[in-house]
Amino acid sequence: MARVIVDVMPKPEILDPQGKAVTGALKRLGFEGLTVRQGKRFEVEVDGELTGERLDQVREAAEKLLANTVIEAFDVRVEQQ
Amino acid sequence: MTRIGVVTFPGSLDDHDAARAVTLAGATPVPLWHAAHDLEKVDAVILPGGFSYGDYLRCGAIARFSPIMTEVIAAADRGLPVLGICNGFQVLCESHLLPGALIRNDVRTFVCRDQALRVESRDTVWTCAMAEAQEITIVLKNGEGGYIADAETLARLEGENQVVFRYLGHNPNGSMNDIAGITNARGNVVGLMPHPEHNMEELTGPSLDGRLFFDSLLAFVAAAT
Repeated sequence: MARVIVDVMPKPEILDPQGKAVTGALKRLGFEGLTVRQGKRFEVEVDGELTGERLDQVREAAEKLLANTVIEAFDVRVEQQ
Repeated sequence: MTRIGVVTFPGSLDDHDAARAVTLAGATPVPLWHAAHDLEKVDAVILPGGFSYGDYLRCGAIARFSPIMTEVIAAADRGLPVLGICNGFQVLCESHLLPGALIRNDVRTFVCRDQALRVESRDTVWTCAMAEAQEITIVLKNGEGGYIADAETLARLEGENQVVFRYLGHNPNGSMNDIAGITNARGNVVGLMPHPEHNMEELTGPSLDGRLFFDSLLAFVAAAT
């Protein structure tokens, strides 16, 4: 079984209110100079052998459902076991 | 009598209010279940407010792939009137029936208020009984109502008269260009964050402006048949 990681992040030009809230909280806790943008990480367990075709299916799933490409960018990578 | 379908997804909140509003407007509400494959010959569809599928993943993202939405998307492309309210607006954007997206309010809090709006376009199925530049008051209640689109899309919406409602006086959620609602190129699909179904009776709201949406639809249906 292979594991594929899909990272989804709000595009740089998109306002990220959650990241801003976390950034503000860190500052109040005394962590200076840390700016946070918040995204999502999906761990996808793929049955069977991870072929190029299977990886393309994960990319398609990311494009179709996991990310909204109007506001988010995604990155697909294979996790080394 | 005009039949208006109201879709219920798991987590829909305002489907009953929407159905009640349909009745108050003099039409027949038709409940449509998210897992159904049939629109039951309705004359229009309302996607109501709420938290479909618990707002998991993104608001409206999972509802968009429910069986009933396959039918709604196909019918909307053929010209069926569709109104998306709040979560329904989010579903319409996720479905690409409307451009852009809704993100978390810039104020980072849930906003609940009587919201003044300006009618920017009466060239839609759902606003044809309103007056150009009419000021209406409709309940707004959401956590993720910030309308966002790229510059090209925004310019097209503005240029093609597809901005239907704009927030007046105060932008409650950081929406670009104060946009509260938009329509598609054909004018049959309208999405907005405020809730017209809550402004139908004097007992529960400061205005009856929600009725204008239904007056518009019924006038359109009467003219079309």
